[in-house]
Amino acid sequence: MSDLYRTPLHALHLSLGARMVPFAGYDMPVQYALGVMKEHLHTRAAAGLFDVSHMGQVILRGPDVAAALETLIPQDVAGLGEGRQRYGFFTTPDGGIADDLMFANRGDHLFVVVNAACKDQDIAHMRAALEPRGIAVTPVTDRALIALQGPQAEAVLAGLNPSVRDMAFMDVATVTLLGAECWVSRSGYTGEDGYEISVPEAMAEPLAKALLADDRVEAIGLGARDSLRLEGGLCLYGHDIDTTTTPVEAALVWAMQKVRRAGGDRQGGFPGDGPILAQLAAGPARKRVGLRPEGRAPMREGTPLFDAESGGAQVGHITSGGFGPTVGAPVAMGYVATASAAADTLLFGEVRGKRLPVRVAALPFVPAGFKR
Amino acid sequence: MKYTEEHEWLRVEGDVVVVGITAHAAEQLGDVVFVELPEVGQTLTRDDEVVVIESVKAASDILAPLDGEVTEVNDAIVNDPGKVNEDPEGEAWFFKMKVEDMSALDDFMDEAGYKDFIG
Repeated sequence: MSDLYRTPLHALHLSLGARMVPFAGYDMPVQYALGVMKEHLHTRAAAGLFDVSHMGQVILRGPDVAAALETLIPQDVAGLGEGRQRYGFFTTPDGGIADDLMFANRGDHLFVVVNAACKDQDIAHMRAALEPRGIAVTPVTDRALIALQGPQAEAVLAGLNPSVRDMAFMDVATVTLLGAECWVSRSGYTGEDGYEISVPEAMAEPLAKALLADDRVEAIGLGARDSLRLEGGLCLYGHDIDTTTTPVEAALVWAMQKVRRAGGDRQGGFPGDGPILAQLAAGPARKRVGLRPEGRAPMREGTPLFDAESGGAQVGHITSGGFGPTVGAPVAMGYVATASAAADTLLFGEVRGKRLPVRVAALPFVPAGFKR
Repeated sequence: MKYTEEHEWLRVEGDVVVVGITAHAAEQLGDVVFVELPEVGQTLTRDDEVVVIESVKAASDILAPLDGEVTEVNDAIVNDPGKVNEDPEGEAWFFKMKVEDMSALDDFMDEAGYKDFIG
């Protein structure tokens, strides 16, 4: 295990009895004593604390930094107000997705958070494209990242600093917590209200302990993080989206603001703009959809989907699937041919050699609890 | 009680053997969300994949521990898979099988042997 990185909360995870697994090069908690099911349900009922310090935090600073970042992502960066955050993704020259990210306008710089498994390549990509434009690309390596998620997250965090109550969904602010300068956003990846907190690493454990001291808060591992985001209809990079899926196929067009689409003031100008905008105009041949197996058997990643119980044609496959504890039934996401993508379409997933019924369903499976 | 290296427990009740999974196995699997049991009357050959069990994490197969025939299955765990985590060595048995050669049970570990096996 010595070849795995450890987050500043590693010792805390062990002291809480976490089961640790290798994830994206880090030794991370997959679950604690409560177990995945109860951790999931607790997050939706009260509040869950997640260590997401393995993710990459990066500061971009320099002249016209918003315009510079717009050369790499199909989002409206220049129009993002100070103190606001947006979801986005790096695109590839042939229209795929190289990673997804959050970016925030923090006044004199942009703050970017990328996936752990992609962070080295993302940083190299940003350096190659942005440094020639005079932008400094600075990985933040002395901070942990903690997410506090759930309907009680506001009440809990407000106990440390009441100003967090005034933040709306996707607001970002510098907030003092236990005397430490924290960069807080009102966001997360569970479909619940909550916060993501970038905290100086020396203060990470005291902050996590202070939050866990509240009866409403439980530590939550990667297992429940996955089932929460799946019920929330949120994509997991490397599974639901990757270099072979376009944003149009992935049903992420909502995250490409009109100003960057055909006819917008700053249309195109990102990698793969040609194929992506052409596909947006013509419509994709396949789409990412929600899927509800009709039986109790979960349909996991890789399950092929057919349009008939016997014979017929394969029309797609599942990219994420498992049991949804809040739904109380199996849930999944996957790609299907556009002709099979309408809600309620009956398909069949092949599980252990048997074709089992599954219906196309609207996402998310659980209504979002965001504070708009 | 006897134990297999596949983390099943086997309990003799007259001329049938009751099969379930150990508390250690249930804990390792995590929250069980789906169980598929064999049919009553199904003939089993040792090491057949006889039960499918899915947890929040993954799917696993349970292998038939002996040759024989299924005489009864526990539908309660199909309807409420969480019982497998709550009471794996009691209420949450999987199936019962008639075994022709009860002496085959002697090959399996006893409780002390299983405890050593799981360390």
